[in-house]
Amino acid sequence: MSDYNFAYLDEQTKRMIRRAILKGLAIPGYQVPFASREMPMPYGWGTGGVQVTAACLTPDDTLKVIDQGADDTTNAVSIRRFFEKTAAVGVTQATSVATVIQTRHRIPEEPLNEDQILVYQVPIPEPLRFLEPRETETRKMHALEEYGLMHVKLFEDISQHGQIATAYAYPVKVEGRYVMDPSPIPRFDNPKMEMSAIQLFGAGREQRIYAIPPYTQVVSLDFDDYPFEASKADGACALCGADHTYLDEVIVDDDGGRMFVCSDTDYCESRRQAGHIGEQGTPYGKDAA
Amino acid sequence: MYVAVKGGEKAIDAAHDWLGEVRRGDPDIAELSLAQIREQMTLAVDRVMSEGSLFDPDLAALAIKQSRGDLIEAIFLIRAYRTTLPRFGASHPVETDTMQCQRRISATFKDVPGGQILGPTFDYTHRLLDFKLAAEGNAPDTSTQDAPDLAAERKPHVMEFLNKDGLIESAEATDETPPDLTREPLELPANRALRLQNLTRADEGFLLGLAYSTQRGYARNHAFVGELRIGKVAVEMDIPELGFSIEIGEMTVTECETVNQFKGSKTEPPQFTRGYGLVFGQCERKAISMALVDRALRWKELGEDFAGAPAQDEEFVLSHSDNIQATGFLEHIKLPHYVDFQSELELIRSIRTAATAALAETKIAAE
Amino acid sequence: MELTALSGGFENTAHQSATAFRAIMNVMARPGVIETVTGAVPPKGLSTAAGSLLLTLCDPETGVHLAGELDSEPVRDWLTFHTGAPIVAAPQADFALGAWDDLLPLTQYAIGTDQYPDRSATLIVELPALTQSGVTLTGPGIRDSAQLSLPALEPFRLNAALFPLGCDFFFTAGDKIAALPRTTKPEPTPCM
Repeated sequence: MSDYNFAYLDEQTKRMIRRAILKGLAIPGYQVPFASREMPMPYGWGTGGVQVTAACLTPDDTLKVIDQGADDTTNAVSIRRFFEKTAAVGVTQATSVATVIQTRHRIPEEPLNEDQILVYQVPIPEPLRFLEPRETETRKMHALEEYGLMHVKLFEDISQHGQIATAYAYPVKVEGRYVMDPSPIPRFDNPKMEMSAIQLFGAGREQRIYAIPPYTQVVSLDFDDYPFEASKADGACALCGADHTYLDEVIVDDDGGRMFVCSDTDYCESRRQAGHIGEQGTPYGKDAA
Repeated sequence: MYVAVKGGEKAIDAAHDWLGEVRRGDPDIAELSLAQIREQMTLAVDRVMSEGSLFDPDLAALAIKQSRGDLIEAIFLIRAYRTTLPRFGASHPVETDTMQCQRRISATFKDVPGGQILGPTFDYTHRLLDFKLAAEGNAPDTSTQDAPDLAAERKPHVMEFLNKDGLIESAEATDETPPDLTREPLELPANRALRLQNLTRADEGFLLGLAYSTQRGYARNHAFVGELRIGKVAVEMDIPELGFSIEIGEMTVTECETVNQFKGSKTEPPQFTRGYGLVFGQCERKAISMALVDRALRWKELGEDFAGAPAQDEEFVLSHSDNIQATGFLEHIKLPHYVDFQSELELIRSIRTAATAALAETKIAAE
Repeated sequence: MELTALSGGFENTAHQSATAFRAIMNVMARPGVIETVTGAVPPKGLSTAAGSLLLTLCDPETGVHLAGELDSEPVRDWLTFHTGAPIVAAPQADFALGAWDDLLPLTQYAIGTDQYPDRSATLIVELPALTQSGVTLTGPGIRDSAQLSLPALEPFRLNAALFPLGCDFFFTAGDKIAALPRTTKPEPTPCM
């Protein structure tokens, strides 16, 4: 890959992305159009996140890549390798060691600090898209701060189901102005978005970049009588015993028996290292694998 | 005891190795050379160049070989390569009326100055499997190929004859730099130049389906092929250091101009209108489809009604025409989504619990 | 064009612009924070920080407005040679560079449109010094409050009132840089 520039993208492309990131930070939650490039991985597989990461990385960075909270999922591996090859940056699985974290569908459990950047891969950046498919219309709605359609949708959920039937990609309002799609993170993660780190969002196919500066107000949309709830499975991690983390359900036998494990694999491992053992876990280091 | 599944890295390596093996197939069979693909799979090469937006038959042949003949995968390889190339400048617009035509037909006139050339077409072949091709080593008789005198002379566009009588809308040349959707995000509404750029990169099948839908009545625009020509055009570019322009190469393109009916509007008397298609290589089906869809998208500037047809809907067409964007997003649902699925599971369970409880209450109340 | 115009660019563009951008992004994300940016050796009158910022963000796609004394031949030549950015009038500027008084009035710069608030100018204000004192700042990127030595108060308050439209600002002095996006609300610091 030595024929390619540092972090793959040419300098002019990086400048274009960097300018978009700065405007994104200056207008939190607003989707800045950018001329997304074809990347050597498919659209929909993180090209937006990859372009944002490529524009942010310095040779001194330590990169972590997660998909569904896990470092070892195939697409996370593929993206991590891409940057190892093209930017020769250090990589890690430890959240606390990483300076740049690219993520798909999760926010790490461990609170991020001021020296970190969280880059989200975003499939559909427009929170109003499934209510109004036309970009020309949704752009007007954002301009006029006309979000009635979204409230109607949430209200219809409540009247039909008794609760808001959005489990992930739960819309938020940023700094009291723009309604924003937080990417398909479970709504359990929404409250974490008011954090110390810089959050950047890249949607390659849809050609949008947006951002949330640290300590920015991020409010999940709700109603006074039906307040937002950051839900998760009712249970504890079978490996580390955590009952405060987002849990994945794993089917363990042919009879449909199931158990829960932490979706954040690094967090789970750190807990086990610290001596926490769940119902079906073993002391750290004694895994059969 | 439960041990979490790991091994993503190993799995990826193994998959890549396996892919390499399958790509090669039976090692007892001779390996395909790029020259063979370039020379004998020319229409595949042309499609990859056209939708990949890069005129380079050798690279297209390589992409086809690497992709095991999956043309969308090959187009993807070309696009990803293309985006890393530096830009030296922009060429002059190619002059298609000086094209060295290997094929030129008009459906609107029996004969045209410069003559019609059928060229290498499947049109009048009987679609019968030719088992002679199964026996290798049959070199075709080459004496029937184009007479060279057909090549060089200027062949005026058929549409110009209609234009002289004012029967067709005139298409004025402008010096305006067209927008470039590979350098700027697509912004709607788009002008015609931007739409045409989008359409020439668009998926052939998508355009074919849209064009067909206009013929079947979804925004019917009564198209005739005014002219279809395929051949080589020179590409010229200004070299600032030299102070003049030079020919940097030539390429094969397919151009289609359609003549379409137009009933007239409040400001315009009835006249014919145009649809236009231009693509790299010999991609006839694509060029005709492009012209029909171009015409359908022009309803607003021609003062026609929006019939609600998909082919008229600029945002719909332009947002969904790119097969690399489409296939990427379509196939991404193969990626793990278990976190989202988990949150949906919880939601469904919670809604069902509430619903069952409510149902039970109603029953008790009824009893 | 003088020879000096040809020197003073980044030696390793990819690495130096990446490092500079991180500092630039950090100050835009955290108003009140002061960072160091280096790499450029710009002509006299232009600070290291402002020069490095221009090299990091400008190219033929961005119009740059040079205000007051900075609209000089050495600066023009240097900028053109290293970035290819066209020099434009204030209303067309993506970036405007100058001393505070030379940049005024702010009303001449693009503030974006309702549908595209990002299409607004970014001003680079050269200051004699930059310290974490003076005006009190609150808003996104700031935990409680921050202080920054802004050259004025009222123009920034008016700019913030335009949100989501408005200009965004970088302040440079020597190799130091700080920023003020349109979201920041500046207030006089109460007397102790």
